[in-house]
Amino acid sequence: MRSALILATALGLALPALANDVGLVKVAKGNVEIQRGSDRIPAKVGTGLRASDVIVTGADGSAGVTFTDNSLVSVGPNSVFAIDKYSFDSTTHVGEFEGNLKQGRLAAVSGKMVKQSPESMKIRTPSAIMGVRGTEFLVQVDEPGK
Amino acid sequence: MLAAGCAAPPKAAAPSLFVVIPSSADGHVGKIVVTGGNDTRVIDTAYGAQRVDANGSLVPVKMTADTVRQDFGTTLAALPGFPASFMLYFLEGKDELTPESKAELQKVFAELRKRPLPDIAVIGHTDTVGGLAYNDRLSLARAERMREMMAGMGIPAERIQAAGRGKRELLVPTDDNMAEPRNRRVEISVR
Repeated sequence: MRSALILATALGLALPALANDVGLVKVAKGNVEIQRGSDRIPAKVGTGLRASDVIVTGADGSAGVTFTDNSLVSVGPNSVFAIDKYSFDSTTHVGEFEGNLKQGRLAAVSGKMVKQSPESMKIRTPSAIMGVRGTEFLVQVDEPGK
Repeated sequence: MLAAGCAAPPKAAAPSLFVVIPSSADGHVGKIVVTGGNDTRVIDTAYGAQRVDANGSLVPVKMTADTVRQDFGTTLAALPGFPASFMLYFLEGKDELTPESKAELQKVFAELRKRPLPDIAVIGHTDTVGGLAYNDRLSLARAERMREMMAGMGIPAERIQAAGRGKRELLVPTDDNMAEPRNRRVEISVR
């Protein structure tokens, strides 16, 4: 029993795949890709996200992500959303989240860092910047020519 | 390609729209602060919205539940489920659930089944009966027991993190060496 407990504890600590992840893809419909540096990775349910990743959806695509501070973000079809900055300390709840909606639509629910310090989450668009004091909101960037 | 090279020039940028909607969890209406060009406005009403034009000027817009559904339906449908948390209680000195909590466990399992790939944190706690080391072991045993039960229902064990906090984080503050059923618990959070 004791050895089983120790083994299970060791496994619990051994989560290297999650160490750099700031979020996790929970919903992926249609064509969804992650641009990481010069790489394009198909996004599936369970794909980990890192700071500076960009989520890109096709005409039939939409995606939903949970972040480590429990913020939730989803993007609709034909969208480009960049995670410009993300950090979160799970002990102090201090963090910084700067997202950039370059194109398309986004829905978001703020998480623990905003509860700790309002406006620690910001969303940029080509024409504006928004500070989030809570809780649930939508952002749209118009298509060119509209 | 689309993602590259789009700096954020204040002039002739694509117009954008910002909307506050009531929380789908509890209806709470939050607050956002939008800045475009030289204008800054606070939005703090349900379906309150501001449009930012290409020059960075803000114009209030009237949105409704219907227009939001029309324009953002697909986007909102992709929003992941809210993190849920549960509390389950144990028999004194054991890693066995109380009969009430055994029944409650079905709710936890139902919630887990709804999520395609849940991340789960299980944190065990004890009351203040016994020493620190004993309670650290007992709290971890409680968390590990829950982890085994979840793994038994098919959730990959690596998605479940178990930790014991011993008697450090009492739900109900008591003196030392006090039996208190509400402190003998695990907190399960599902993301």
